[in-house]
Amino acid sequence: MNGRAIILSCSLGCLMLLLWHVATAGSELPTPSAVLKVAREFLRSPFYDAGPNDKGIGILAAYSIGRLAAGFGCASVCAVLLGVWLGRRPILFAALNPYIQILRAISPIAWMPLLLYSVKDSGITAFLVVFMASLWPTLANTAFGVANIKKDYLNVAAILQISPLKTLLRIILPAAGPTIVAGLKISMGSAWVAVIPAEALLGSMGLGYFVWNEWNNLSLTSVVFAILVIGIVGVIVDFLFSRLSRRLAYTD
Amino acid sequence: MQKALLEIDHVSRSYAVPGKKEKVTVFQDVCLKIHKGEFVTVVGHSGCGKSTLLNIIAGIDRAEEGMVLVNGRRIDSPGLDRMVVFQNFALMPWLTVYQNIRLAVQAAYPDWEQQKIDERTRAYVEMVNLKGAEDKLPAALSGGMRQRCGLARAFSVQPPIMLLDEPFAQIDALTRGVIQDELIRMWTESDVTIFMVTHDVDEAILLSDRILLMTPGPGARVAETVAIEIPRPRERKRIIEHERYYSYRNRIIKFLAGE
Repeated sequence: MNGRAIILSCSLGCLMLLLWHVATAGSELPTPSAVLKVAREFLRSPFYDAGPNDKGIGILAAYSIGRLAAGFGCASVCAVLLGVWLGRRPILFAALNPYIQILRAISPIAWMPLLLYSVKDSGITAFLVVFMASLWPTLANTAFGVANIKKDYLNVAAILQISPLKTLLRIILPAAGPTIVAGLKISMGSAWVAVIPAEALLGSMGLGYFVWNEWNNLSLTSVVFAILVIGIVGVIVDFLFSRLSRRLAYTD
Repeated sequence: MQKALLEIDHVSRSYAVPGKKEKVTVFQDVCLKIHKGEFVTVVGHSGCGKSTLLNIIAGIDRAEEGMVLVNGRRIDSPGLDRMVVFQNFALMPWLTVYQNIRLAVQAAYPDWEQQKIDERTRAYVEMVNLKGAEDKLPAALSGGMRQRCGLARAFSVQPPIMLLDEPFAQIDALTRGVIQDELIRMWTESDVTIFMVTHDVDEAILLSDRILLMTPGPGARVAETVAIEIPRPRERKRIIEHERYYSYRNRIIKFLAGE
């Protein structure tokens, strides 16, 4: 961001805080200062652990991030491998693509009853929900990226007699890298969006559970604080992927 | 007579046009024998299928009829014995110049130690005068420097046959001459056999032992062969003074003009 954008961004932030204050002052809804006060309390000792229903916000965030990492990680490995395989088979990819698009459009939360009934374990169900949320964008992007690799690169690999595994690692993945990472970034976003309701509905430890718990305590101020934490974690994760995509980008 | 290193035996290629029953023949019945160490060039209009012919020899395209033989053995897939230099360079854009060349050396000599691979890579970086630019990505280089890298990649494998697909078409005229000289030097110093495709008549006369003239497509064929009997080493400035230069040139240009 350049200097003027930073100034504008900060002013807009202040304006939003002001609007929030004006809208909530004198009502039952939490004001910015109330949320700030709660935040200070929570952040004083973020990693305390006083039993299953009373943990620090840092521990809760770690649970959610762990769930995200597990579901997203497994799904990404599957999606990239399957995507590479599909990308090399244009007819099959074209045939399957409509289904991938349908699956992608379904909120992973919608699968939850079915998954919970099938596996009968809330932890595994939460993992599977995140897995489903992460799978489709990466799969679609990887297949697309691999299908559109310049023929020349593969010809060079063939002329040099590079083995299929080395061709995958040294030619196909770097060539499709930027497209794959763009897919991973979308997947990561949709997985993080899925983690929160999955935890809330399944009662699995984490930020989503915290939101729901505080709602049941009718502590809206804590709910707003949790919302902010969720947003900030999401932004940090997204930033990491932006850096990765910049490293893999190439100009032809 | 000496046995041919590369033999093209009645090769034809056609492609299907959507909505039409009849296939369009790109070229037909191309026969050609190239001996070890020769520099043979195909000249023809764009669309006559000369690049397709080159790709068939490279094994990245297929002949519909006929076959390609290397050392008397039929080939139908790409291999390290036929390195290709591409018109658009085909360098990996995510690898530096050095890494692009090293990729080829490593692929060609999988048993070599790292140090030996690096030595060979460095030698070819220097051979094409890319020292100082070896850590740059292709996108940061001019067309001429990219093709130097392409040539180094192909030569570093030390293949018996090299296939050059309009290698100088995307390089500015001044640089083109310099790289042509480098190519001639590398060809002379090795015993590689070169098959090149171009539409530049002067380039063909300067470089080739023999020039094959292809008629315009569709249904192209090799109509004539011109043996260039100008002694080597040939110099760009001096070759145009050779008594036979313009007779070759006129003959080829008249052919291309359809006379």
